[in-house]
Amino acid sequence: MRYMLLIYNDEAAMANAPRDKTEQTLAAYGAYTEALKKSGAYLAGERLRPTQAATSIRMANGKTNVLDGPYADTKEQLAGFYMIEATDIDTAMEWGARCPAASTGTVEVRPIWEMTDYLS
Amino acid sequence: MDGRQEMARAAAEAAARQSYGKLVAYLAARTRDVAGAEDALAEAFAAALERWPRSGVPEKPEAWLLAVARRRGVDAVRRRLTGEAARDHLQLIAEEAEAHMTSEDLPDERLRLMFACAHPAIESSVRAPLILQTVLGFDAATIASAFLVSPATMSQRLVRAKNRIREAGIPFRVPEQAELGERLGAVLEAIYATFAEGWSDPAGTETRRRNLASEGIWLGRLVASLIPDEPETLGLLALMLFAEARRAARRSPEGDFVPLAAQDAAYWDDALIDEAEALLKRAAARRIIGRYQLEAAVQSAHTERRRSGSTDWAAIRQLYDALMAIAGSPVVAINRAVAIAEAEGAVAGLAALDGIGADRRLAEYQPYWAARAELSARLGRTADAAEAYDRAIGLERDPALRRFLQTERGKLVRN
Repeated sequence: MRYMLLIYNDEAAMANAPRDKTEQTLAAYGAYTEALKKSGAYLAGERLRPTQAATSIRMANGKTNVLDGPYADTKEQLAGFYMIEATDIDTAMEWGARCPAASTGTVEVRPIWEMTDYLS
Repeated sequence: MDGRQEMARAAAEAAARQSYGKLVAYLAARTRDVAGAEDALAEAFAAALERWPRSGVPEKPEAWLLAVARRRGVDAVRRRLTGEAARDHLQLIAEEAEAHMTSEDLPDERLRLMFACAHPAIESSVRAPLILQTVLGFDAATIASAFLVSPATMSQRLVRAKNRIREAGIPFRVPEQAELGERLGAVLEAIYATFAEGWSDPAGTETRRRNLASEGIWLGRLVASLIPDEPETLGLLALMLFAEARRAARRSPEGDFVPLAAQDAAYWDDALIDEAEALLKRAAARRIIGRYQLEAAVQSAHTERRRSGSTDWAAIRQLYDALMAIAGSPVVAINRAVAIAEAEGAVAGLAALDGIGADRRLAEYQPYWAARAELSARLGRTADAAEAYDRAIGLERDPALRRFLQTERGKLVRN
């Protein structure tokens, strides 16, 4: 099964972290990504630019509304994702727990709604 | 909240869990219906968890719980809220259990309950959670977090297991001598799994309430006191106490991971170590060797450093050889390879690791890569070491341990 690991972090805290701390975090993500790839679980993964670079779009009454900023103002912001292949939710959660974000913010584990799931 | 208050609160909670477990065991042993017993006592137990830390533990804790269970139960039946099963238990409480209470102490059926929970017909991964819930009253969400399973899944598994106990007719009894060994193994394994979850959970040192390590030790003490003639019960308790004795030394004041070899023996708990040594000696006197006694003996050899200042790696290697023979596993094999490296050099250690490298389970097992990394580094194989460190870092859950591995990897470049 495919799962998304959605990474939520306090982006202000990340931006204000001292340089050596940031380097350590980046190295931890590098090692984590590598471990995912070596085990064959890795499908995709990217880091997102902070929410100040976000634009939200919504149509209401036939009119397009464009807003600066993210969909919702939250304490922790969506900061990136991994898509992984895992035999079951237990395995996916194991990977979620290993993600460096699990110790700094939150990792949300969501199964992908596969085409085959709603055709059957 | 100051330390003394915190301790009083923890003691009250422990008392509530003990009396609750005793009552669940007593009721379930008579009806085989664990869920019904839990339902009948749920409100009383919640009230105890809330009240006892403030009011103190009542003189007869079990009688207190029974009285509240009966009163609330009667109310609930009136409101037609209580299910059929709980009603049977409330009847039992009214007729039998309370009569018992007035004359003598309630018989302790917790061991039988544990044997039912760790029965071969119960899936092995749910045995430890089941014991935690029925004997100690932990809720599914707390257990789920400890075992890294979603709360919904965990509560589903627990419900299914309890149904199985009732529907499959799993007995509440301590097995006969002939089958005791194997069945006891499952109980001890569940207790050790409880301890190990708490031990590997670094947050457990902070949230004492959810500290599975101390619950594991508590269960270990219970089993060791009820079946002292089986040396493995003593061996397991000794093993857990040895590990627990080093808890404070595992982290520096800054919260960094400190490996065993670098730990300051002054931070080890001498009283726990002495207790563990005495248990191990008692177990050894029965001359039936087993996996927990051997693992405890390894721990004993490590703590010898507090007296002699050095570690006898050749002896530790021999203990791991014996462990491989009676209870071989990838984990034992890695530890054996590390002991070989210390006793005979990094080349021999790496060769031993190469020997088990084909096991696919190791690809996602952090200690294997950490051991490879360290031994490669010692031999100056920097590229191998860096790669292995990266694997280990990527697989680690505990941020302190991850930082430690990153620091070790950082030292590679400088050499």
